[in-house]
Amino acid sequence: MGKRMKSKGILPGFGLTIGYTLVYLSLLVLIPLSILFLQTASMTWEQFWLTVTDQRVLASFQVSFLTAFFAACMNAVFGVLVAWVLVRYHFPGKRFIDGIVDLPFALPTAVAGIALASIYSENGWIGQLFAAWGMKIAYTPVGIFVALTFIGLPFVVRTVQPVLQDWDRQVEEAAATLGASRLQTFLRVILPHLLPAILTGFALAFARALGEYGSVVFISGNMPFQTEIVPLLIMTKLEQFDYTGATAIASIMLVASFFMLLVINFFQWKTNKLDAAR
Amino acid sequence: MTDTSEPGYVRWLLIAVALIFMGLFLVVPLIAVFSEAFSEGIGLFLQAVKEPDTLSAVKLTLLTAAISVPANVVFGVAAAWAIAKFSFRGKNLLLTLIDLPFAVSPVISGLIFVLLFGTQGVLGPWLAAHDIKIIFAVPGIVLATTFVTFPFVARELIPVMEAQGKDEEEAAISLGASGWQTFWRITLPNIKWGLLYGVILCNARAMGEFGAVSVVSGHIRGMTNTLPLHVEILYNEYQFVAAFAAATLLAVLALVTLVLKSLIEWKTEGQQRENEALPEIIREASA
Repeated sequence: MGKRMKSKGILPGFGLTIGYTLVYLSLLVLIPLSILFLQTASMTWEQFWLTVTDQRVLASFQVSFLTAFFAACMNAVFGVLVAWVLVRYHFPGKRFIDGIVDLPFALPTAVAGIALASIYSENGWIGQLFAAWGMKIAYTPVGIFVALTFIGLPFVVRTVQPVLQDWDRQVEEAAATLGASRLQTFLRVILPHLLPAILTGFALAFARALGEYGSVVFISGNMPFQTEIVPLLIMTKLEQFDYTGATAIASIMLVASFFMLLVINFFQWKTNKLDAAR
Repeated sequence: MTDTSEPGYVRWLLIAVALIFMGLFLVVPLIAVFSEAFSEGIGLFLQAVKEPDTLSAVKLTLLTAAISVPANVVFGVAAAWAIAKFSFRGKNLLLTLIDLPFAVSPVISGLIFVLLFGTQGVLGPWLAAHDIKIIFAVPGIVLATTFVTFPFVARELIPVMEAQGKDEEEAAISLGASGWQTFWRITLPNIKWGLLYGVILCNARAMGEFGAVSVVSGHIRGMTNTLPLHVEILYNEYQFVAAFAAATLLAVLALVTLVLKSLIEWKTEGQQRENEALPEIIREASA
């Protein structure tokens, strides 16, 4: 056909690869996902509204959003600390620590779930320490928070680490020469530069925590109104063959996820822009 | 020289806090898996691992990964070739769409296939009439796993191929090589480490996926039980040693994944340094 436009260059295979990409993407991802919205659209507005404003559904949204938010906050603080320690300091076992940061990505969530549940239950290794003070962790919202902190741990570390590595230390020297203390330099010079990366990591951890299922179900206790997360409620509705209910709740979650994806893209774009400006 | 490091005690305090955090959240759970599995001695551990239901769960897990990982490798290579070697409109949109499965909750990833292929699903009646079972059967598990692991290989390969540029391929083509020859002899050797990296991550997720598979599997022992689902069943039946014994298999998989991943990272970092060390004139001559 001689469809060699100047922007396409002389390399072959564009038609084949883009065609295959689009077909595979449509069949496996786009069509199945759109079914969810089509099914939701086939409900009456009243049906949809009654399902998603049910007290139990609202309670699960509250549990999911709050625990995911606090876990992401925890990860933002400790993620920066871990990234800082890994980039700036030398200590024995550093390579091991750097490698194990990604454990939550590699360890199946069900394994993490049962391990955390056994450690934080009342007679578990860590749970009994808190039980002595009359505090329960497993089977309370705190347990969900622990599981979500585990699952979101790598995100902030891995977004902040490269930015910190490329950071020009002359700026710190300048701040010090001008009389700033170390803490002032960190808070007013370094931290603002890291902020877009921290927010990207925070958003990634939050989005992951919102949808997380496997690591949470074992430690949460799954009590309606108290420790029931949204993905679990969807699962429960499915087991009761309430497909309409499951679909309605899932469509809200999906919209929330897409919104998070936009937020993440925005922060990533900001991080890259800062990099390019330097 | 102005000092830009913290006093010694601050440094060690920060290191200590970071290590305690990592220890509590990562190392202790990992140790707990092995400790619980061997808590009643190695005999019970072996017995639990050799149980027929566990073995059939291992088989199904391997089978699922053996289908979904290659499927996503073929897709990843095709997508990376199109995106990295050519410019076209809507590229950013395509990149976002490829990332979509990462943003979707595992439970929803399973749900969409139930809505499509389940008995009450869109294609349900047609499938029932032709006696094809997808949901609560192996095809559903493979589909859900493939969906969940969809972006891994493509995401690793696209930046690698973009960084490689297309000069080498164009040179090969203008010297008379065919498209396939160029791909096998030029592109593939250049991207092999990135490809391996993607495959390892994709495989770890494929073997470990729980939520999505849980929705579509129906939990039929010895039939549609993957290893992570088997862990859940045993745990819920209070067979803790057996549950953790099965979990150690997955934990070992995770550790092997992490080690391979680190090795590839060191290897490619070393290569990058070599490339950067090349004198400017050689790079210009080869351009």
